[in-house]
Amino acid sequence: MSMNVISVDNLTFCYSGLEVISDISFAVKKGDYLGIAGPNGSGKSTLIKNILGILQPQKGHVNIFGQPLTSFHQWNRIGYLPQRISALNNHFPSTVEEIVQLGMKKRTPIALKRTLEMMGIAHLAARLIGELSYGEQQRTMLARALISQPDLLIFDEPTTALDPETREIFYSLTDEMNRTNGTTIVLVTHDTGVIGKYACNLLYLDKKVIFSGTFEDFCASPDMAGFFGPVSQHMICHQHDKSGSNI
Amino acid sequence: MGIGDILNYEFVQRAILAGILIAAISSILGVFLVLRRFSLIGDGLAHTTFGSVAIVILLGVSPAYITLAALPLVMLSSLAILKLTHSQRIHGDAAIGIVSSLGIATGIILVSLSNGYNVDLFSYLFGNILTVTQTELFLSLIVFIIVAATVIIFYDDLFAVTFDEELAQTMGVKTKRINVILFLLTAIAAVLAMKVAGIMLVSAMLILPPLTALQLSISFRKTIVAAACFSILSVICGIILAFLLNLPAGGTIVIFNIGFLLFIFGAKKILPLPR
Repeated sequence: MSMNVISVDNLTFCYSGLEVISDISFAVKKGDYLGIAGPNGSGKSTLIKNILGILQPQKGHVNIFGQPLTSFHQWNRIGYLPQRISALNNHFPSTVEEIVQLGMKKRTPIALKRTLEMMGIAHLAARLIGELSYGEQQRTMLARALISQPDLLIFDEPTTALDPETREIFYSLTDEMNRTNGTTIVLVTHDTGVIGKYACNLLYLDKKVIFSGTFEDFCASPDMAGFFGPVSQHMICHQHDKSGSNI
Repeated sequence: MGIGDILNYEFVQRAILAGILIAAISSILGVFLVLRRFSLIGDGLAHTTFGSVAIVILLGVSPAYITLAALPLVMLSSLAILKLTHSQRIHGDAAIGIVSSLGIATGIILVSLSNGYNVDLFSYLFGNILTVTQTELFLSLIVFIIVAATVIIFYDDLFAVTFDEELAQTMGVKTKRINVILFLLTAIAAVLAMKVAGIMLVSAMLILPPLTALQLSISFRKTIVAAACFSILSVICGIILAFLLNLPAGGTIVIFNIGFLLFIFGAKKILPLPR
């Protein structure tokens, strides 16, 4: 039986006494590719921040690699790509190379070069992050998350505002890491088409867990047809069908 | 009188040495503060220093040890700002405002109790690097070594927290510890900078050199080095010019800092520097 990389039990988090996520439980096994979807304000990012220890839940527990979050120290095993980096809004005085190196515990020029080349940003190594396009900035942040070759990758809306080509490159790369290296991936996205195409499991949230299981089960579930309506369910399930790409 | 003659005076040598050390300390810390939008913390801590110095003078501490004696209260104030920013629903600037007001209010009441402005307190308001004592020079050296060692040892953590505090947390950086270290060192820098520029201009020592360096659009590491260079240059030029023209050293140093900022800002418009 493969080990749980993430285990969330009865997690509840409140802002000012208002429950943002309520009694959430699920597990992610080694090598899984989990897509987390849900409408705006459904608590997707809050859940991720609780898993990463950025926010402290009022109730429940999170275990990472079998350890309670409070005693977890192997952070280099996790690569996180947040939805937004505050420093990227202005001219933060930092080069691409400096930012990517942040993800390295031990600095090796070979690993740096290889990661920069893999992300297609080797020619930008000495450029300031603020001078880059949004797509290039996201690739830099992804390179930072990938450079330590983590066992678990967590992406929070990683492709917002990326052009379709860059988005496709991003997902192909993460898919390859999942299939080839067995990297566990948790992806938060509005784009259920992407989840259908790449992820093996879906967690649908709306403050609480609405659905947890495989994408195929989601599409075949009469309960979900009842929840979304059959037309919406069909649209969610078939966004990725046409010529292998999502709408 | 030539520059060589000026440098022969022992008090000028002491002033320049202390000035260089304090300039390096405040500008290095300033880079992290400016980028994290805590620029006004220097102002806040300076005002707290006013209250602290007033308390220390009222307690009858010897003038040679006033800086040292004022330190604990200012360090506590910096932790109060940090605590208010993080634990209460108060923004950083408002937290600085609260602690700053408390410092000034305390200072004013104590000055009034001691029958008006006292000469010692007045000298702290406007600073006078030329009166720096041997104890203060030694303290500056110790603090410089501590700041340099801290920045070298915790460079990655400081950089990560400055870049994005939440992201730093997910990388295993002890962000609370780093914030406490940064704020405590800033408190010490503010007390020392008070001697150079005076309470009224402490924030200039923390803000202006980093702002000038940021205009150069260079890497993070180079920005820190450039900020320290601009700050040291301003102190040396400021002290010498102040001595030659009989001007207040604190104000002259700050004017040099502003001059460098305007020069680089103007040069960026004319020369093909990175924008």
